[in-house]
Amino acid sequence: MRKLILSTLVSRRGHNTNDAGAITLPKRIAGAIRSGTIALAAVGFAAAMAPAFADEGPALEHQNWPWLGVFGKYDQAQLKRGFQIYHEVCSNCHSLKLIAYRNLADIGFTPDEIKAFAAEKSVKDGPNDQGDMFDRPARPSDHFVPPFANDQAARAANNGALPPDQSLIVKARKGGPDYVYAILTGYEDAPAGVTVPDGMSYNKAFPGHNIGMPQPLTDDVVTYADGTKATLDQEAKDITAFLNWTSEPELDARHSMGLKVLGFLVVLTALFYALKRKIWSDVEH
Amino acid sequence: MSEQTKFDNKIVQWVDDRLPVFTILKHSAVDYPTPKNLNYWWNFGSLAGMMLVIMILTGIFLAMNYAANTGIAFNSVERIMRDVNGGWLLRYLHANGASFFFIAVYIHIFRGLYYGSYKAPRELLWWLGLAIYLTMMATAFMGYVLPWGQMSFWGATVITSLFSAFPVIGDHIVTWLWGGFTVDNPTLNRFFALHYLLPFVIIGLVMLHLVALHTVRSNNPLGIDIKGPQDTLPFHPYYTIKDLVGVGFFLIVYLAVVFYAPNFFGEPDNYMPANPMVTPSEIVPEWYFLPFYAILRSIPDKLGGVCCMFGAIIILFFLPWIDSSKVRSAKFRPIYKQVFWIFLADCFLLGYCGAHKPEGNVVLLGQLGTAAYFAFFPLLWIIGKVEKPRPLPQSIAQPVLKPMEKI
Repeated sequence: MRKLILSTLVSRRGHNTNDAGAITLPKRIAGAIRSGTIALAAVGFAAAMAPAFADEGPALEHQNWPWLGVFGKYDQAQLKRGFQIYHEVCSNCHSLKLIAYRNLADIGFTPDEIKAFAAEKSVKDGPNDQGDMFDRPARPSDHFVPPFANDQAARAANNGALPPDQSLIVKARKGGPDYVYAILTGYEDAPAGVTVPDGMSYNKAFPGHNIGMPQPLTDDVVTYADGTKATLDQEAKDITAFLNWTSEPELDARHSMGLKVLGFLVVLTALFYALKRKIWSDVEH
Repeated sequence: MSEQTKFDNKIVQWVDDRLPVFTILKHSAVDYPTPKNLNYWWNFGSLAGMMLVIMILTGIFLAMNYAANTGIAFNSVERIMRDVNGGWLLRYLHANGASFFFIAVYIHIFRGLYYGSYKAPRELLWWLGLAIYLTMMATAFMGYVLPWGQMSFWGATVITSLFSAFPVIGDHIVTWLWGGFTVDNPTLNRFFALHYLLPFVIIGLVMLHLVALHTVRSNNPLGIDIKGPQDTLPFHPYYTIKDLVGVGFFLIVYLAVVFYAPNFFGEPDNYMPANPMVTPSEIVPEWYFLPFYAILRSIPDKLGGVCCMFGAIIILFFLPWIDSSKVRSAKFRPIYKQVFWIFLADCFLLGYCGAHKPEGNVVLLGQLGTAAYFAFFPLLWIIGKVEKPRPLPQSIAQPVLKPMEKI
């Protein structure tokens, strides 16, 4: 796109000088340069358009996420449903190390609910007064307890593949939430003639199509606490929303602060400009 | 700065008699005679200065919460994003601030190219500007390594390994830069120390840049010298307010990105912790290095590529003597004016090539772009010899020669 704008800019410049008509001696050189300009613009245009340059994976379908845009913000009910999916499905294999149980207050869970979620897991603490390490239930201040003790244990339990930590998964993938959603809804039977290696699944959105993760979500894999009908599409959207929140927990604060700051700046700049006009009004220029 | 000014305020006068800070300020920020015809392209110098201040202020507070250790660097940045009050704002201001600092500086440089601001008597002013640019590049490169994500680690590995291209001493230089035999904790530590130091070197260079500027005076869109007081305006209030208009517009764009697309300039891979065992499918530097990265990859020989990449910047130091035209502003140079836009387009083309995998047409385009980049300089010398510039106006105050002929 940038190239396109530039191409028009370059050729427009060429015309301007043509209009000026002040060139006497080097008309031929100028002509040659003008042709060069057009050629270069054409190359730039071709470069921007040529499909041969596409080095991305399969094209992603854009979803209409509620947090997009200047006024966009998270839907708390959706985040809670998304947490339910993480809690009942994803957390069996995927860690969420950057999130603490206390953070769940941001998406509307009560202190008692948070204590209960934390207490389901146990963490090693210590040493105590006797110098012994001991296990205790996790507290809201603890970070989410990972499902495996270490990466090796995770690989051993997952056919050699390492389920990535999900705290930043949305920000760490090209396409962000659209990519995560496409993976979760991209499982299908392999096309005729394609063999999928043992222990892997076919996924139309995954680069290379062979994915180590078995299909995690199907219709009614959870029963939503708020009564929402748990279709695959609904589940995929909800967990993606939750993972977007774990990637960008500051988004709501960021968007609302941005509105105030930009509103203020627009007024301030308008005042600056009016003052500039006033101050410069006595200058001939 | 030779004679001192008299001030009404007794305390100000007392201080100024002993330390002439107020005289210096009045001389360089209030009375400084500025050409009256500067357009809005002249705003980007002060905007770059503003970005430097923003970068240093946000950087100091980030440094209070960052830990330069490979074991915890990545998580310390995420702690800033999640647990430090206002931390996400500091970090996004700083990360995007680097991009907008470069945007301001690139526009500032190309403005200088278009209006011939590098020509006599402004050669040293131009050199100091290039020194600032080079120091900025070093600072930005080392800053990008600090979050210790995948692109931090692999970018650092690729760029520092370039020095191994030099015969005999190359490998020793690389080991010396790394502080070991691979990019590791000593590398991260020294990069953090230097990343904190170099901005203050930039401040020093900026001061020299300003001293040089105020000695030779600002260039202007007509590229002709100031002939007398009728050509100038005092810097304050005329240009302080005009600069503030620019500040307003620039902040709107910068902060719109910070608040609504804070990862627009970033690479998703850098949100994965550095892993020396896994190479990303494509290693891309930050956007402001892409044209040079394209030049590097266009030369099939490693040493040749490294030399061309550094040469692409070094050659800019010779610009005041390569350009053989006595006329500064492209307004009066019909051929140069067009070549300038081609050169700018070529830099975008190289940026495009640097951002894409060197396969197929990208390689050829990159090589054509590299050839065009270096052809610009001898061409500049030739154009100055053959081009017939349009007649220059008598003075800034009387820019129109004849009533009929519009500039």
